[in-house]
Amino acid sequence: MPAPRVGLFATCLTDTFYPSTARAVLRLLERLGCDVDFPMDQTCCGQMHYNTGYREEARSLASKYAGVFAGYDAIVAPSGSCGGMVREIHPELHGSSDAFARTYELSEFLVDVLGVTDVGAYFPHRVTYHPTCHSLRMLGVGDKPLQLLRSVRGLDLVELPEAETCCGFGGTFAVKNADTSTAMLGDKMRCVLNTGAEVLCAGDNSCLMHIGGGLSRLRTGVRTVHLAEILASTEEEPWAATP
Amino acid sequence: MGSNPVTWLGSPVFPKAAKAALADTQLRRNLRKATHTIRDKRAKAVAELPDWEQLRRAGEAIKDDVLSNLDTYLERIEAAVTARGGIVHWALDAHEANEIVLRLAREAGTDEVVKVKSMATAEIGLNEALEAGGIRAVETDLAELIVQLGNDRPSHILVPAIHRNRSEIKEIFQREMAEKPASDEPRDLAEAARRHLRRKFLLARVAVSGANFGVADTGSIVVVESEGNGRMCLTLPEVLITVMGIEKLVPTWRDLEVFLQLLPRSSTAERMNPYTSVWTGVTPGDGPQQFHLVLLDNGRTDALADRVGRQALRCIRCSACLNVCPVYERTGGQAYGSVYPGPIGAILSPQLVNDMHDKQAASLPYASSLCGACYEVCPVRINIPEVLVHLRAEAVEAKGRTPESVGMAALGWIFNDARRYENAQKVGSLARHLAPSGRISSLPWPGSKWTSARDVPTPPAESFRTWWRKNRG
Amino acid sequence: MADTRSVVLGRIRRALADRPSVEAIPRDYDLSRPLGDLVELAAERIADYRAEVHQVASADVPAKIASLLAARGATRMVGPVDLPSSWRVDGAEWLIDSPSLSIDQLDGADGVLTGCAVAIAETGTLVLDGGEAQGRRALTLVPDYHLCVVRTDQIVGIVPEALARLEPTRPLTFISGPSATSDIELDRVEGVHGPRTLHVIIAVT
Ligand code: SF4
Repeated sequence: MPAPRVGLFATCLTDTFYPSTARAVLRLLERLGCDVDFPMDQTCCGQMHYNTGYREEARSLASKYAGVFAGYDAIVAPSGSCGGMVREIHPELHGSSDAFARTYELSEFLVDVLGVTDVGAYFPHRVTYHPTCHSLRMLGVGDKPLQLLRSVRGLDLVELPEAETCCGFGGTFAVKNADTSTAMLGDKMRCVLNTGAEVLCAGDNSCLMHIGGGLSRLRTGVRTVHLAEILASTEEEPWAATP
Repeated sequence: MGSNPVTWLGSPVFPKAAKAALADTQLRRNLRKATHTIRDKRAKAVAELPDWEQLRRAGEAIKDDVLSNLDTYLERIEAAVTARGGIVHWALDAHEANEIVLRLAREAGTDEVVKVKSMATAEIGLNEALEAGGIRAVETDLAELIVQLGNDRPSHILVPAIHRNRSEIKEIFQREMAEKPASDEPRDLAEAARRHLRRKFLLARVAVSGANFGVADTGSIVVVESEGNGRMCLTLPEVLITVMGIEKLVPTWRDLEVFLQLLPRSSTAERMNPYTSVWTGVTPGDGPQQFHLVLLDNGRTDALADRVGRQALRCIRCSACLNVCPVYERTGGQAYGSVYPGPIGAILSPQLVNDMHDKQAASLPYASSLCGACYEVCPVRINIPEVLVHLRAEAVEAKGRTPESVGMAALGWIFNDARRYENAQKVGSLARHLAPSGRISSLPWPGSKWTSARDVPTPPAESFRTWWRKNRG
Repeated sequence: MADTRSVVLGRIRRALADRPSVEAIPRDYDLSRPLGDLVELAAERIADYRAEVHQVASADVPAKIASLLAARGATRMVGPVDLPSSWRVDGAEWLIDSPSLSIDQLDGADGVLTGCAVAIAETGTLVLDGGEAQGRRALTLVPDYHLCVVRTDQIVGIVPEALARLEPTRPLTFISGPSATSDIELDRVEGVHGPRTLHVIIAVT
């Protein structure tokens, strides 16, 4: 079987703020034999516009996405939220397109398309996992991220209490309803701290930015690390906090 | 149509009301305890049925059929009820419905009516209207009684006093009842309510109820309850007046086999609620000998005209969406400023008000992080997040040009072109370029509302695309 | 001025200008389900809601009625007009609803004895339809104690099977356990306005 041609959809947030996550996806997928491309014309899936009520802007970004990612065997995003936007909402905005249907959140792509759960990763830390709402309820990734994490050597996985409760990010919700968002964040952080984990892992940098921002403000010492970075980490090339 | 009493006059916009509610630590404890108890129980009750998903899909389809043929089914139930000795009335809005009930109560020569808990009558402010007309409405559902005696507002569609814990309830009862409760044990509180209402039930001449379902082809009305106050009201008085939203229909008797499974497990997490009453018109020698059915529009036809929003009319008022909602759990129901709080309230109230220039109503669709927990549990599969986003678009349109819309348009323009986007990334960061003074405060990037509780990520030395161009390009 | 009825119907027709097409209702949910021994299940599920359940052979029903009433000290019992004579056991005065009992008479009684129309095993529900040995609705509502006799042939497995047996235009009451409420902290406690004690005799044929 020839190597699948994968378009990496980095998402605007990860491209801009978390390049290490995008590089981790690249490294991981190449390690697993994929031919990965990053089409330079990509920008944003339009979710923030759509969710805030700006449908027209979102529609034009959906159309842009369909053009930019045409022709790949699969498109992989390190985000359940943006992946959900593309697969579930873009068709409604733009009409159906292969680019939408072939878009996967990272854990789905690994488990469902490549059929692997052990990606040969090594990450000797105590980790707890927060399933983000859109990966869970829009895409239905289920326990795929956990299957992947359980196969990581050295990793001590601890269960997060009330894991499936929203962290309170919600895009513009965090600003428009800042007090409620902060209350939800507070409860999520309490659950994270109760696990005694050193690392909080999730498949969405947006939620990690929110929870991590709170954890850092409280100087808890708990780090937030995207799933891709844990899975990319090996004994030879271990994960290192980006400066 | 004047202002719709479905939202309470003078209520602050949601973020403001939420801020006040969040500061009430007792309220938050009460809500957390109640919602967490019911969540786990609901999950268990639902897991017991192997065909739950099939029932949900059937429930959704039956309700969609009702909505698509609402005129036909309404005419059908009207004919069936009339044929069985009932009298059907139509009310366009709250005012008309209240007038009808007031007139009927007066005709029956009573100055007091007993009431079964009903969202429809809460929505139209019936108690206040009757009061103004010199007729006392006695709420008989325990939670409604707590709200009524406490001079309070409801905060949940199933358990309007969910924001009160047992000791608060005991205080209210001690203050308001002739016979005080023995303790704050739920059993004693229930006993106190029983004694308080007993004579009223036995002597009542007129009762007012809502309806959970109306069966179009037989004219049968269904009320689902727990305490027996419903049975008291539906059985003992001479006159029964039922106010039913026009969307509460099911086409046939058989359709109830779906809803009598979906509703109890979703609402009180029971295999079956203690009592369900079904009656059709008037039965000689059994129950009220005069039966009036008031069919209520009050904004429902406006919601029906909205192709995305109309799915909210499938709602069977089970309250599962409230119980799982992380926002509701923290703010409670009163922050929504409506008898319909929580996720369903956030999509239903603005549609019934039907005016996105109403700031309070327009703030409700934003009262959600779009986590989707509501959609996941809704027994009739209302895609609440979809409707929330749809109503947000209407709110944006109604507002016209605002700093937010200008910012969003600018951001859209940048995102539409990778070069513009990359330039924006390079000038410091995309975010700061766009919101130098935090003026576009609705963006999820640095802004004072963000930084009040969270640190901002440090922008990296280079974006991923810059790295890619250097190393792979 | 048009009457409200035509206004509302007109608004509905305008709102449905698109007249969304409806596909056939998917009825692939269970219409019955293998549940094992229905009598055992019914007994267990009714008891789950804090009703006391007794299984006895049909012939022993009167003796069971007598012993349950004696144990409660229930001496003034309400019954529908067609209450089987063998159920009107000695030791209690029988207030038969013919002529109609007043509400005060019902309120003053120690309890009521009836049969039922259908019982649903899975949910632990009794359904009364005002038919044989049941009487009008007030009889089973006002007294604080309800003793209900269920024949095994009246027991069905799940809700759809029960509805298929019922005639919707009769006044129906579905009863699952004694009166209860979830209104205090969303937790079920028994005993509000309806009968606070429910005893069920399953008459095994
Ligand atoms: S929207 Fe769905 S979950 Fe919420 S109350 Fe209505 S039926 Fe229940």
